[in-house]
Amino acid sequence: MKPEYSFWQKLVVRIPYAWLVAFFLVPFLIVLKISLSQTAIAQPPYTPTFDVTAGWHGVRNFFAGLSLDNYGFLGTDPLYILSYVKSLQIAAFSTLLLLIIGYPIAYAITRMPRRGQAVLVVLVVLPFWTSFLIRIYAWMNILQHDGPLNQLLMALHIVSAPPAWLATDTAVYIGIVYSYLPFMVLPLYATLEKLDEQLLEAAADLGCPRWKTFWLVTLPLSAPGVVAGSLLCFIPIVGEFVIPDLLGGSRTSMIGQTIWTEFFANKDWPTAAAVAVVLVCLLVTPIVIFQNHAMFQKQDMRGSERD
Amino acid sequence: MRKHSPFNLAAIVVGLGFLYLPIVILVIYSFNASRLVAVWGGWSTHWYAELASDAPLLDSAFISLRVALISASAATLLGTLAAVTLVRFRRFRGKLLFAAMIYAPLVMPEVITGLSMLLLFVAVAIDRGFWTVVIAHTTMAMCFVAVIVQSRLIDFDTSLEEAAMDLGASPAHTFVAVTLPLILPAIIAAWMLAFALSLDDLVIASFTTGPGATTLPIRIYSEVRLGVKPEMNAVCSIMIGVVGIAVIAASLLTKLSAARGAPARP
Repeated sequence: MKPEYSFWQKLVVRIPYAWLVAFFLVPFLIVLKISLSQTAIAQPPYTPTFDVTAGWHGVRNFFAGLSLDNYGFLGTDPLYILSYVKSLQIAAFSTLLLLIIGYPIAYAITRMPRRGQAVLVVLVVLPFWTSFLIRIYAWMNILQHDGPLNQLLMALHIVSAPPAWLATDTAVYIGIVYSYLPFMVLPLYATLEKLDEQLLEAAADLGCPRWKTFWLVTLPLSAPGVVAGSLLCFIPIVGEFVIPDLLGGSRTSMIGQTIWTEFFANKDWPTAAAVAVVLVCLLVTPIVIFQNHAMFQKQDMRGSERD
Repeated sequence: MRKHSPFNLAAIVVGLGFLYLPIVILVIYSFNASRLVAVWGGWSTHWYAELASDAPLLDSAFISLRVALISASAATLLGTLAAVTLVRFRRFRGKLLFAAMIYAPLVMPEVITGLSMLLLFVAVAIDRGFWTVVIAHTTMAMCFVAVIVQSRLIDFDTSLEEAAMDLGASPAHTFVAVTLPLILPAIIAAWMLAFALSLDDLVIASFTTGPGATTLPIRIYSEVRLGVKPEMNAVCSIMIGVVGIAVIAASLLTKLSAARGAPARP
């Protein structure tokens, strides 16, 4: 059956559609185009610009002016390659840390009585609502040279001289784990909560020790949550700007900072655009997995609703 | 019967402590009379009083509030339409692209969203300022709104709509009289999320802003880049308070909506 939609129904579809095309898709195409342009001392600071008045000739000039030079430049300058590697490395390691820290929390919440679970979930989500900036700033307070952490460590005689926390990778990891923890705990909780407890009882009845039940039953069944949580954290962490900028040192330049610097400090828009395009290419695989996952889950939910 | 294993309790206590301790410490420091972090100079509201006379900061706060109000409202409208499209329209040309454009911004690094928005505004020669930030925030937030409202629409009992239509209501009338009241709590919660996202955003606003439209996060960022400042502790504490109250109100609303939407659930 081919559904017929009225004028108003079509309008409902078209307004958000048009908005997203204009302000999400088109900007991407522009980034792609500028990444193929050259820097120029002009306004806007790149060539070629699209000249509609010149007709066909203008179009030909426009395409002739595009080149892959910026990408070649990225490949030759170790600054960019190191920056990508650093970003992926920090994102991968902090996603692992988040899993290790988030899993026990999510698991523990599902073991609480029903009522308590709802409250605990709200408590885990609550800090996510205060801004990244404020939460990172809170850690600047704690980690600074004569801050509370060093005072505590000195008072307990764990260290003899206050260690420098700020401007280190450790501080970046702390900031990332802190900021993204709710993103990891929530999807994990959502899958763990659906786990059929009879399976665990069956395993126990059959004499399976608890750690083995966890390894053979709980963990495999929570795989969708692990995937969702990891993607939800990994993808944005790769492009993170605020955390490495405020907590990291000048040696820890992640790719988000590189784009920022190219753009604001060096005013090199084509290079910034090329760096961004390569970043999107790096993230395309995880983003596609995430999208399919998100849509699959929605359909799954709808399917179970109809049963 | 479930036993509370000490391991589970420890995980929750340590986890929540880790999440809340830094915020608590920040709020406590905002009441420190001393300018130095290492010295506790007694309780004082000195830094809060200082804020009241900081005109640029108040300006920024006002700009941020206006941006958040307008963009949250626009995002709620667009996002709700998008959610209705995703759930109610089974198939149409370009649905896959539409769904992709809804989900991609949720995980897209902000630096890229901001950069691409800015390049769009430059390409079409729009002067950057207040309205460009509003457009950027609307685009980002509408995707979050769409996802929230969508999940409510999926839970929704379609037989109510069918009944209204059987009794002769037009699709538009059905939507306004039946669907909208039932998903309203989700819409309000989504508006609050959009508002909070806009109020919090630093990166996208930095790219899309122009002269005279410095939002609060941009102002705070430029102040704290070089180190901790007690005045900023006070600003951040106020923002935490405002957001905290809003979120608690929102979660109560969602609970209310769940209770209303599914009264028969055991």
